[in-house]
Amino acid sequence: MYKELKSSIPTDSEVILGILNNSDVVLKRLYVAYFPMVLQLIINNNGTADDAKDIYQEAIIILYNKIKAGDFELSSKLKTFLYSVCRRLWLKRLSQMSRYGGDIRDFQDYSDVDDEVEKRNDMDVQFGKMESALLLLGEPCKTIMEDFYIHNRSMQEICERFGYTNADNAKTQKYKCLQRLKKLFFQQK
Amino acid sequence: MNDSKLLEEIERYLNGEMSPDERKQFELLRKGDTAINAKIAEHAEFVKLIKQYSDRLALEDRLNAIHDEIDVHTLADELIIHPSFVVRLWRNHHSKISVAASIAIFAILSIMFLTGNLTNNQDSKYLQLRRDVVGLKIKTAMLGKQVSQNNRAVKNTANRFSGTGFAITTNGLIATNYHVVSENDSVYVQNAAGKSFKAIVLYTQPENDIAILKIVDTSFRNLSAIPYTFKRTESDLAESVYTYGYPQDSPVYGYGKLTSANGLNGDSLDYQISIPLNPGNSGGPLMDTRGNVIGIVQASQSQLEGVHFAVKSSYLLSAIDSLDKKVNLNTKNTLAGLSDVQQLKKLKNYVFMVKVYDK
Repeated sequence: MYKELKSSIPTDSEVILGILNNSDVVLKRLYVAYFPMVLQLIINNNGTADDAKDIYQEAIIILYNKIKAGDFELSSKLKTFLYSVCRRLWLKRLSQMSRYGGDIRDFQDYSDVDDEVEKRNDMDVQFGKMESALLLLGEPCKTIMEDFYIHNRSMQEICERFGYTNADNAKTQKYKCLQRLKKLFFQQK
Repeated sequence: MNDSKLLEEIERYLNGEMSPDERKQFELLRKGDTAINAKIAEHAEFVKLIKQYSDRLALEDRLNAIHDEIDVHTLADELIIHPSFVVRLWRNHHSKISVAASIAIFAILSIMFLTGNLTNNQDSKYLQLRRDVVGLKIKTAMLGKQVSQNNRAVKNTANRFSGTGFAITTNGLIATNYHVVSENDSVYVQNAAGKSFKAIVLYTQPENDIAILKIVDTSFRNLSAIPYTFKRTESDLAESVYTYGYPQDSPVYGYGKLTSANGLNGDSLDYQISIPLNPGNSGGPLMDTRGNVIGIVQASQSQLEGVHFAVKSSYLLSAIDSLDKKVNLNTKNTLAGLSDVQQLKKLKNYVFMVKVYDK
């Protein structure tokens, strides 16, 4: 019973509710349900299985964020939406690699999703900056930043983990790290 | 309050860790200072971005975990559209195919090179063909020489070339091709009755391949009125044309069509005609069915059966105009309306065999 449920394609409203409730099971069912469709699109249009994975995950993230943001209106089927986003992203990727021969072999209906794809770009740029800023920051600052701002650890815990003699030292260190991180982040263009 | 302290305050404020009193105090401070306000906003934004970034990383981890459970390889094999047999053959064996093709091309090129096909272009072929025509004339002439020697014929000099010519005026002006008389020692013309008259080359236009002869023989009596006229304008394609000449001892009639207003390679000197012709026809008149001379039969292209060329009559007329002595051409056409047989009967007295003797 469970297995059957797991492998079946979830209904669109199931997916939306599931994502809003952070359900791992629904996310997995969604992912498994539509991946073959996207894989088919990419590998038959000059792509590899790895390209398919990248593109599909990007599309899932777009869908995920849209649902989380609460402004998701289901104007077409979820399947069509995912396919269209993947198609758009892949076309873009192809032309960046200048491998785009002018036409693409389609397997599904698709709709116009340029807006979604463009909107997402800004966010990606910010994340890219953050990633490289964190990399440049180095240890132990990176871990301190992650512990404090991402894992919400208290200064006391951090103090113990890094063996600072007292919380004030840790705070000073954290302050310096944050300043450097901000500097690194805003320096990038 | 230093920056470090301020940041701590801001964080506590944003996280809601302040006691109500502290909060009130901080909000008072905030109200009076836009710099602090901006700092708070900036910090809040930055922390939010870090959070979002970590959320994204977490989501990607989740997706990767899910992805790892899918057997992508098998799935890809099922989903890829297998290309057609030919494409697969090419992908698997393209290096071998390429090598085979290069060898084949090399072989063809070397064969072409060895047989000389590669170096000859179209133009030189045409020239050679024309030379062949001349060569052929020499051969037939040599044959004639042998025959005449066997017959113990009187003449010492050999009949080297022969062609055809036709009368322009009644007093013995004859038009022919320049290439017929170009290497002459003496020229004779022979009429339909077999009687020969001595002639001189009065005027030549080598570039248009036109020559005008004058009969100087004392035995020559003026001809009766010329039956044909000369056409000044160009004739149309598909016009029925015929010619009459001496490729052999007896005259030959040839019938065909005008097939192009230009000669080989677009040469506007010539018409292209489709008539069975032989060497010796050169210099003969090209007539239309209304009894107009529209050209002088000139050359053939041996590569194509039945494709020949004739110099347009307008060039002949301009050659006649440039003669020293003014020539009054016949303007009354007595051939028009007659049947072909009747036309030929009249025409034959005005067409001559031109015999050119070498030294």
